[in-house]
Amino acid sequence: MRALLRRLWFYLVAAFAAITLNFFIPRMVPGSALQNFLAKMNTASLTPSQLQALEAQYGGGHQGLVAQYLTYLGNLFHGNLGMSTSLSTPVSTVLGNDLPWTIGLVGSATVIAFLVGTLIGVLAGWRRSGLLDSLLPAATFFQAVPYFILASLLMLTLGFYGGMFPTGGAYDTGRFATVTPGWNGPFMANVIDHAALPAATVALASIAGWIIGMRNMMITTMDEDYVLVAAAKGLPRWRVVAVAARNALLPSISNFALSISLVVTGSIVTEIVFNYAGVGREIFNAAQAADYPVMQGILLVVTFTVLGANLLADIVYVALDPRARKVA
Amino acid sequence: MTQTQTLNPSKATTGREVVLEIRGLDVDYGFGPDAVRAVSGADLTLHRGEVLGLAGESGSGKSTLAYALTRLLRAPGVITGGEVLFHSRPQGADAGPVETVDILAADAKELGRMRWSELAVVFQSAMHALNPVARIDAQLTDVLKAHRRHMSPAERRERAVELLRMVGISADRLRSYPHELSGGMRQRVMIAMSLALEPQVVIMDEPTTALDVVTQREILEELMLLRERLGFAVVFITHDLSLLLELADSIAVMYAGRIVERASAAELFRAPRHPYSLGLKGSFPSLHGERVRMEGIPGAPPSLKSMPSGCAFHPRCKFAVDRCKVDLPPLATPAMDRIDGLPDVSAPTPTQRVSSCWLHDGQQAAPDALALPFPTPVHLPDQVATAPNGDTASGADRVPSSTTVTHPTLGSTS
Repeated sequence: MRALLRRLWFYLVAAFAAITLNFFIPRMVPGSALQNFLAKMNTASLTPSQLQALEAQYGGGHQGLVAQYLTYLGNLFHGNLGMSTSLSTPVSTVLGNDLPWTIGLVGSATVIAFLVGTLIGVLAGWRRSGLLDSLLPAATFFQAVPYFILASLLMLTLGFYGGMFPTGGAYDTGRFATVTPGWNGPFMANVIDHAALPAATVALASIAGWIIGMRNMMITTMDEDYVLVAAAKGLPRWRVVAVAARNALLPSISNFALSISLVVTGSIVTEIVFNYAGVGREIFNAAQAADYPVMQGILLVVTFTVLGANLLADIVYVALDPRARKVA
Repeated sequence: MTQTQTLNPSKATTGREVVLEIRGLDVDYGFGPDAVRAVSGADLTLHRGEVLGLAGESGSGKSTLAYALTRLLRAPGVITGGEVLFHSRPQGADAGPVETVDILAADAKELGRMRWSELAVVFQSAMHALNPVARIDAQLTDVLKAHRRHMSPAERRERAVELLRMVGISADRLRSYPHELSGGMRQRVMIAMSLALEPQVVIMDEPTTALDVVTQREILEELMLLRERLGFAVVFITHDLSLLLELADSIAVMYAGRIVERASAAELFRAPRHPYSLGLKGSFPSLHGERVRMEGIPGAPPSLKSMPSGCAFHPRCKFAVDRCKVDLPPLATPAMDRIDGLPDVSAPTPTQRVSSCWLHDGQQAAPDALALPFPTPVHLPDQVATAPNGDTASGADRVPSSTTVTHPTLGSTS
């Protein structure tokens, strides 16, 4: 427990450092949000009072850096991430709209890839050079193919020509849409239908890693004496495999936690190809529009996800491996 | 259920009933032309309650033999021939009908049932033989869960406590993880675990090699007491011949995958008949007795890939004659130990001492070091009466050809 508290303290410091960097980095970049906005304005005339209003909205240079930093911290504490310069809505609203879609899509795809990949890895490691091993090259092929090609390939074959899945969007919109957003059956089915291809892209691209990692650990672990003991004890075969799998799983757990942190960002290409309304597409748009507040907000979310995922990995690892419980 | 424990110890150890028979066991590593033979034609007989020692250098095939007879060989190990017969006596019943199972032919279900309940294994490295992420109690009770379906969780726990107490570990260690125990404690847990189902045979693969000598001694003494109490037979594998001379009843010496000598511990101790046994014996200092020059065995064991022709030991043997380089000597009773009236030397009885060496074929006189006289029980029947296990009462029903069970050193302390 004390070890965990110490970890927690470390994570707090890391979070604070991330917040601070997130404040200073955009300020070291030439130009400002206001200048960007003015550059994009089509009207040439702007009254001084209008300029003042814009300055107030986008944060002008009237305060010193330290005062700005303190204001930033205060706002952050209240969940105020500022205004999007390109969308004219609060960044927290933008993120609030995007995050559920990304977490739902990439999160579930990652979890599925992890679970299925680990299971296949266990079986492949147990039955070495069996049928499942011959599946490995196919899996590594999908991992080696660039994301956007895999996404386009799936979209073309299964979506466009196959007509089995919709090719874009997160759910049906427009004139012919028959579903109403909300927690109702038809809409959920529609969402799942739309998520199938992008989720398959994410899962296919990452599953080989899980399979190979687990398979190799499994092969190493199957050679351990305690697995031999389990077999010598006459335990049912699945119990012997379970003993090995339980021990082989440990490195995969940390890798899984690390991959969670990629959930938020690793989806940019997929979301763009499938025109999926998630964080990935948002950060792409924000970068094109030089929308610093949105980028800052997303960066913050990513940072916190990474830290959170690592903390989770620590906790899970300690829960799974008694040897890690000793205070180092 | 605990009837076996209350057995009269003398009764449990004196029976000359065979429990495990290994006949012509061949084990290869690999397939086809790349295969090397790690064990060839091994014949062994284990009697109920007996300690059978398997000795030899690293790579002599002793562990491979042990794993093969439990069918725990890992790939690429393959059993290519022979049979392993287990004569199982129902637990608790002394005189129940004996059921014979060919382990090598048993199906997975039969094998799963036999394992641990009749044939348990203690592995060399206690550090790695316990599952690092499971608590001691879970590892002690999972066998009970698999083999004794009728036991309730409370009964299983009780049995686990009993087992730990048996090896001198307090019950509060049940909730510990293996890494929280010392090496000696782990090996004790391992031994307790092997006895969980009261097996008839326990195979011990260098159970104390990884421990310091003091702990080693403690554990071995405990083990021998437990064996006397519970009456299980032990196949004890070690490279430490001096250790075996103390605790084994009979000893098989292996070299390059073959059993080269098989004799009672006393016979091997007093009068080894194979040059390799003699060399092994000369490699360990004895604590008692006069000072002798340690000799060791020159050279190294052969690679299984390029075995010498004839007797595999001849390149290292100081007594080697020309014939040793050509012909493989059979495992036969040495000429000087043959008893008149038993002409069939090519098929010695399991209890007769045998050695695989041309020097004992009777064609020439064996070198003095290999021809030390050892009185066989047939000439000295009174020796049966002085056997240290307290089984003098049953000496009368012994057949004269049975070997005497003696512990040269440990026997006097027990």
